[in-house]
Parts: sequence; structure tokens; C-alpha cells
Amino acid sequence: MTEKIGGKIIKFGNNVNTDVIIPGRYLVSIDPQELAKHAFEPLGAEVQKRLWASQVVVGGSNFGCGSAREQAATALIGAGIKAVVAKSFSRVFFRNCINTGLPAVECPEAAEAAQDGGDFWLDLDAGIATVQEKNFRFAAFPESLKQLLDAGGLIPYIAKYVLPQQRAAKG
Amino acid sequence: MGKTFAEKVLARAAGATEAVPGQVLDVYPDLYMSPNASWRCIRTMEKLGTDQIYDVDRIAMVMDHIAPAQTAKTADDQRICREYAALRGIKKFYDVDAGIAHLVLSEAGHIRPGMVVIGSDSHTTIYGALGAFGTGVGFSELTAAWVTGKIWMKVPQSLKVVIEGPLARGSSAKDVMLKLIGDLTADGATYMSVEFHGSYIEGLSVSERMTLCNLAMELGAKNGFVRPDEVTRSYLSGRGVAPDHYAELHPDADAVYVKSVTIDGRSLSPQIACPHQVDNVKPIEQVAGTKVNQVFIGSCANAKYEDLVEAAQILKGRKIANGVRLIVSPASKEIVGRIVKDGTFSILLDAGALITNPGCSACAGDGGVMADGEVTLSTANRNFQGRMGSYKAEIYLGSPAVAAATAVKGVIADPREFM
Ligand code: SF4
Repeated sequence: MTEKIGGKIIKFGNNVNTDVIIPGRYLVSIDPQELAKHAFEPLGAEVQKRLWASQVVVGGSNFGCGSAREQAATALIGAGIKAVVAKSFSRVFFRNCINTGLPAVECPEAAEAAQDGGDFWLDLDAGIATVQEKNFRFAAFPESLKQLLDAGGLIPYIAKYVLPQQRAAKG
Repeated sequence: MGKTFAEKVLARAAGATEAVPGQVLDVYPDLYMSPNASWRCIRTMEKLGTDQIYDVDRIAMVMDHIAPAQTAKTADDQRICREYAALRGIKKFYDVDAGIAHLVLSEAGHIRPGMVVIGSDSHTTIYGALGAFGTGVGFSELTAAWVTGKIWMKVPQSLKVVIEGPLARGSSAKDVMLKLIGDLTADGATYMSVEFHGSYIEGLSVSERMTLCNLAMELGAKNGFVRPDEVTRSYLSGRGVAPDHYAELHPDADAVYVKSVTIDGRSLSPQIACPHQVDNVKPIEQVAGTKVNQVFIGSCANAKYEDLVEAAQILKGRKIANGVRLIVSPASKEIVGRIVKDGTFSILLDAGALITNPGCSACAGDGGVMADGEVTLSTANRNFQGRMGSYKAEIYLGSPAVAAATAVKGVIADPREFM
């Protein structure tokens, strides 16, 4: 995977919690499109409209704190988000992103430089974030996590690699 | 060089001789907990087209977040879980009558020192109260653990929190944690294992230990931990778990911590987390007098037996203020039984409380929601915008004693006035 991912930025502040990303009342669904309709609903229709028109969510520190709900990542995927970049992530949100196939990149300098409505591009293999023609480095993903992302998340990864092995072992 | 609890327990569960912070290990958890959302794991299993389960006895399901069902959809979700549990022989299945998973599993003796527990609920950190390593994960990961038995985990650095006690009058574990969260902020311990030490911890009840470890999550922690001792052992033996059924793991005296912070509980006053962030904490003096419409005594943080007794001590012989709703949701069925037996139930009822069935209740927005502009003082662990109904409502967090005093006065009130 050498191609770059990215696009238009929607930028948020520090401590954005998962109740704001996707309110608990919508957790009855696991459909990305359905969830996306309600993503960031507490912040109002204007923010939601901008979310749907964006490809990269940029956050401050502790992005995605709060509940372990995986739908926070799923809702962003449904809204057409290709990557999330932040100064730092809450650990469960970070895991949920990787496990649902959504690249989550910790890069404080790039998150700082990013402007709402501007462009953000990521080269995941090289560990380079590009914001307004400036390059920022971030720690590239370890091979194991890269495999998960490439497969499209943990469940597709298991379907593709783990189960066939188990079946073969059983003979 | 000594080892922290997290380093020891993760090495054990990964079958490694040693674990160092930053290392990524394949860990084999001893228990996989999922609440209502278990149906998502089941659907994912169907999608994978597999009935392969690594160890069915490590699966625990508790129907707690919406209990009983409110809609045909939730009823169906719960039916899926019930049927799957029966089909696959999942013995640790608890239905809508049981209460909040964290309490139910602890009371049932399923949580033991030295275990690694994953749960698709962030407050899984609570199991540190019994000397276990508990951490929250998403449902895909939980499902993956059902199939493969393992999960990748980064060995965390550890934060040492030293709490000196006894606590000042009117304060409890909730106030200690709110103070800590206010001081360190909501990401003060992100990715870290938080170990609680100090004179306050010695001989502390399991209930208060649960509040500490539960709220460690609101610091961003990966897990919380209180060293098992006589209190832990007697709690477990009261639940039919003898010491030879578990292996305690204790941090070494020379373990290496990334940081150590001390809280002096002897001079602490009741603390309040103000809307809409848990780290927006103020001493009660600064918010006393704020009008409330509703008081909620509930959640895995503070609706345990001891919490309800603490509230009842203030509510005894008093009435809640006119126009205020007091909702009490005991954390488990066992707790309901205990408060009925010892008269606490009647005290709460006579004071004007609405006592609901056990479960997450208003903490999960399951009943007890607010209209635009309303204010709730809650004993739960989160005050995020929209968590209890309207996005234009406000949630303040405090201890059970603060909640009781507030219900009586109709405004946020200092419990020391009633002691
Ligand atoms: S009581 Fe609240 S915090 Fe605890 S498990 Fe239920 S919803 Fe989560």
C-alpha cells in the first residue's frame, strides 16, 4: 500500500468524547451509513454537514475518550472519513479505529498545523503527514497493525488469515 | 529491577518470562465480558461463518445496559444473546434481572486476583479492585478473542497513586477520584496502568476499591489496581472462592513507575465534576446552591450496597425537596436483596426516591433522561453532553452523600451539613 490517503480536514479540539461522536441512543445499529447520520449530532447540523464533506478528522489531545463503543469509529467510516489524526488518542478509540480498518495517526505537530477545511495527506508506509505542503513525520505502524489495516480491520483479517489456518489444521 | 503489577500479569497471560513497557504481546485473557452488545459479537461470528470458540467458559454475557428491553429491537438483540448462550453452553450468561455486569461478575466470584479480563465496556478497569487486570476493548476485538483466545496488548507504563487517609469527614472514594481526575486531567493516565497505594487503601472496602478502579478509566487508564489483601480474600471466600483458586500478583517494592502522585485524603472536601467533562472538577463550595431537577444514584461507580447505605444515612427521616426527582438504581439484584432486608430500601422510598430495577439505568440513558435545560446531579462516572437525554441538559457528578444532600435541598449541597 503506497498510495496516499487523505483529503479535506474537519478539525476538533481536545477531549472529544465518544458520546459526542456517536450518542449512546444510536448504538442499536452497527450499520456505518445509519450511524454516520448521527455522528457528531450533539454539535449540531452545521458540524455534521462539514463532517460528511470531509475525509480527514483532526483532533487535539485525548481524542475519542469515554465509552468503548466501536461505533465511534464505524460512524466516521460511514461518513466517508479516511483517516483520523490527533495529538493523542484515548486507547480504546485508537484500538477500535485500527480494528475497524480506519487509520488513526498520532502526530501532534501535524494536528496543530492542520486547518479546518484545508487538506491533509498521509503516507502510512513512509510515516509522513503532509499539511499545506509541509511534511511531518510520525511513527509508522508496526507490521502486525499494518496487516490489520490492509485487510480492512480485525474481523476481515480473521476471516482471511486465521480461520482458513484453523480449518486447515483441523484437516 | 522490580516489576509493576501490569508487567507481571501481562507476562503471565502471554506466557512470556518478562514484559517491559511498550512491548506488544499476544495476551490470552482469562475472561471476556460483554454487556447487551453481545449480540454484535454473535452477529460477527455469523458473518465469519464460524462456531469455533477458543474457550466457552471464558465468555461472560450480562444484559445490563438496557434492561428490561424498551423496544422490539432491543428485545430481539437480547433474544439473540439468550439463544446463543443456550446453544453454545455459555454458563456465565446473566439476564436482564441481574444488574450491572461489573458487579454481577464480581459477586458471582468470576473475578479473581491475577486474572486478565477484557470487556466491551470501558469501565472494565473496575476489576482491579479484586487484584485483576481489567481493560475495555471494542466488540470486534472481543469477538476475535472468542475465536482465537488472544488479543494484542501493549504493556503499559504504570502510574503510582498514593492516597493518604483516613479521609476527611464527608468524603469518599468518589471524591478522591474526582480530585485526582481534576488534577491530572482526563488524559492524565492515558495508556497507563494506575496502581493505588497508601494508607487509605489498607483495609479499604471492596466497594470503595471498585469506585477507585472504575474511575481510573476517566483518567484514560488502561486498567486500575489495588493490591489484594485480607479484605480481598475474605470478599472472595464469602463468594465461594478459596485462595487456592487464584494466584495473587503483587507489584515489587522496587517496581519502576513513570510517575508517582500523592493525594492527601485527610484534608479532602467533597468534589463535583461540572458539565460536560469529568475533569472539570471543583470543590463543593464553588458549586453548592446550583439548582437541580433530578438526582441519580446509580451506575457501576456508585450504586453498590455501601453507596446506598451512605445515601440512606442522610435521607433517613428526611424528604427530598419539592419538584426534585430522586432516581435510585441499585447496581445488582443481590444489592436489592440486601437493602430490602436491612431496611435501607424503605428509608429511600420514604424519603421520596423512585427505586428502579438493577442495571445501568439512567447512566446508559435507559430511563431517567432529561428535558432541555434540566440539571441532574449523578453518582455515575460520566457527564458528557447528551448522555442522559437532551443535548441541552447538564450533568454534575458527585458522591452518594452529595447526591443525598442535594436531593434533600433541591440544590447541590454539602453532605457535611447533614452529618
Ligand atoms: S453503569 Fe454506566 S458506566 Fe457502568 S457499565 Fe453501565 S453504562 Fe457503563
